[in-house]
Amino acid sequence: MAELVTPRPPLEEPAPGPSASSRKGPARARSPRGRGTVQGRETRAALAFISPWILGFLVFTAGPMLVSLVLSFTDYSLVGQTHSVGVDNYRQLWEDPRVRQSLANTFVYAALFVPIGTVVALGLAMLLAGVGRASGFFRTAFYLPEMTPAVAAAALFLLLLNGQTGLVNTVLGWFGIDGPNWTTDPAWLKPSLAVVSLWSMGGTIVIYLAALKNVPRQLHEAAMLDGAGPIRRFFNVTLPMISGAVFFTVITNTIAALQMFDQAYTMFYGPQQKATASDASLVYMVYLFQNAFQFFKMGFASAMAWLLFVIIMLITVVQLRVGNRVVYYEGDTR
Amino acid sequence: MTTRVHPLLRAAYVVLLLAATACFVYPLVWLVSASLKPKSEVFDNRLVPRHVQWSNFVQVWDAGPVLRWLSNSVVVGVMAATTVTLSSALVAFGFAYFRFRGRGLLFGLVLSTMMLPGAVTMIPVYLIWNKLGFVDTQVPLWGQNLFGTAFYIFLLRQFFLGVPRELFEAARVDGCSYFGLFRRIALPLCRPALVIVFVFELKASWSDLMRPLIYLQTPDYFTMPRGLKQIVDAYALSGEYHWEIAMAATLIATVPMIVVFAFAQRYILDGLATSARQG
Repeated sequence: MAELVTPRPPLEEPAPGPSASSRKGPARARSPRGRGTVQGRETRAALAFISPWILGFLVFTAGPMLVSLVLSFTDYSLVGQTHSVGVDNYRQLWEDPRVRQSLANTFVYAALFVPIGTVVALGLAMLLAGVGRASGFFRTAFYLPEMTPAVAAAALFLLLLNGQTGLVNTVLGWFGIDGPNWTTDPAWLKPSLAVVSLWSMGGTIVIYLAALKNVPRQLHEAAMLDGAGPIRRFFNVTLPMISGAVFFTVITNTIAALQMFDQAYTMFYGPQQKATASDASLVYMVYLFQNAFQFFKMGFASAMAWLLFVIIMLITVVQLRVGNRVVYYEGDTR
Repeated sequence: MTTRVHPLLRAAYVVLLLAATACFVYPLVWLVSASLKPKSEVFDNRLVPRHVQWSNFVQVWDAGPVLRWLSNSVVVGVMAATTVTLSSALVAFGFAYFRFRGRGLLFGLVLSTMMLPGAVTMIPVYLIWNKLGFVDTQVPLWGQNLFGTAFYIFLLRQFFLGVPRELFEAARVDGCSYFGLFRRIALPLCRPALVIVFVFELKASWSDLMRPLIYLQTPDYFTMPRGLKQIVDAYALSGEYHWEIAMAATLIATVPMIVVFAFAQRYILDGLATSARQG
């Protein structure tokens, strides 16, 4: 398998031909700090190393972005004639109630998962930080579900969240709580998706745990000497010190949440279902996927993709703005 | 943190910790148990099945070519992980070792692709693979990995930057080529980082549902998640509700990754912690 990648054009020593060296020769003579030939050779070597990415970027990112933008102004459908339709697809984004519905669903899901996930993960990480040496064991236990493929987690929770006999409602019943019909009641479909995502949130916990372990003990001790209680210490010492990690996970989890697909598609969609079934669980990526690969409305799907892109950009920019004001960076990075 | 805590508080702490652990681990235990139960008992929430029914796993075989799917997943996963590790390392080394004009700009471009939602390029990339005649083959599931991936390039660059520059310079003086620096110094010294990238990608590839949905039509070519989705659809949505078989298939899709995790957990967990450090 390795053969596929290793044989590359001779990256080593892009032998500077005689013409190159004579051309650059004087430059080197003028500059004692090793510019000229060395610089040119280094640049060429660097570009050779980077060239796979440049090639991939052009073929699989930049080119497709351009094509996708063009397609979004057409009625392209893989077969038949393609016409330019102007901004019709974009107008349809406003008019299609299912676009609005799927956007709303996605936002609700993200608004449930990201904040709850952050708080829960942080709480659990602090719980783990307190157990000292045994935290390795718990760290593993909490991360295990994340190794479960999203499809498998979704299938599993379809049963665990079953309204009548599922384990989740059984446990809720012990506490006298009458659990909802997670997987059938339209109001509970998005919370149930969030539950599945919360279960596979071990990565965030591990990141927080590492950040917590990096908080210098002296800071806590100093704060304690100043008479700060646990709550003040949390808000004035712990939280600022780990704000970088929190910020990182909030951004990545938000981006991921807005593109959620696997769980929703596994739990609530399949070839048998009618296009209009269970709109309460229709997240944006599922509808986009259906438009592109089931209804073959690829022009419209491209417009949907660009809307998603803009939304993600806007939300990320806002988060970065807020983050830069709130996040404390240790002197070493950036 | 353990100084002079009220015993009652300490007890509450332990209970909370155990409850949280149960929330994360028990669903997997439940899965094992459910996959061994007869149809009528799947939902009874008993930990040990009253009647152990191994035949569920045989039934899975009737539901689809599961062994085939598993081996497809292994092939795709190893291809995806190998290609992305090597190509990302190559690119990362280019960014870490060399100083050249436009490096910052170019690297910024690499990082910015991390924010690009896959949906934007999904359709044109499909059209490319379609033109090349690779639809309904597994090539699209790993082909793009030949060109490196932003996150891994970023991660590996961090590790390469950690190698003392004098090592490289000494090797240069000894006549080592640039590629030699990469292969003989950077790669061996950063082996843990390579393992991290390999395992991350293996996991990502093993879990991937969308690309198999887009590119694969012939059931024999399915990867495990795609096949699992088919089984869940067939057994759960058709009204026949053979959940015990769907759960057996779910377990089969999960176990290989748990095994990988058992071997690579130190790398994965430490890698995660490092990946977020830069923020």
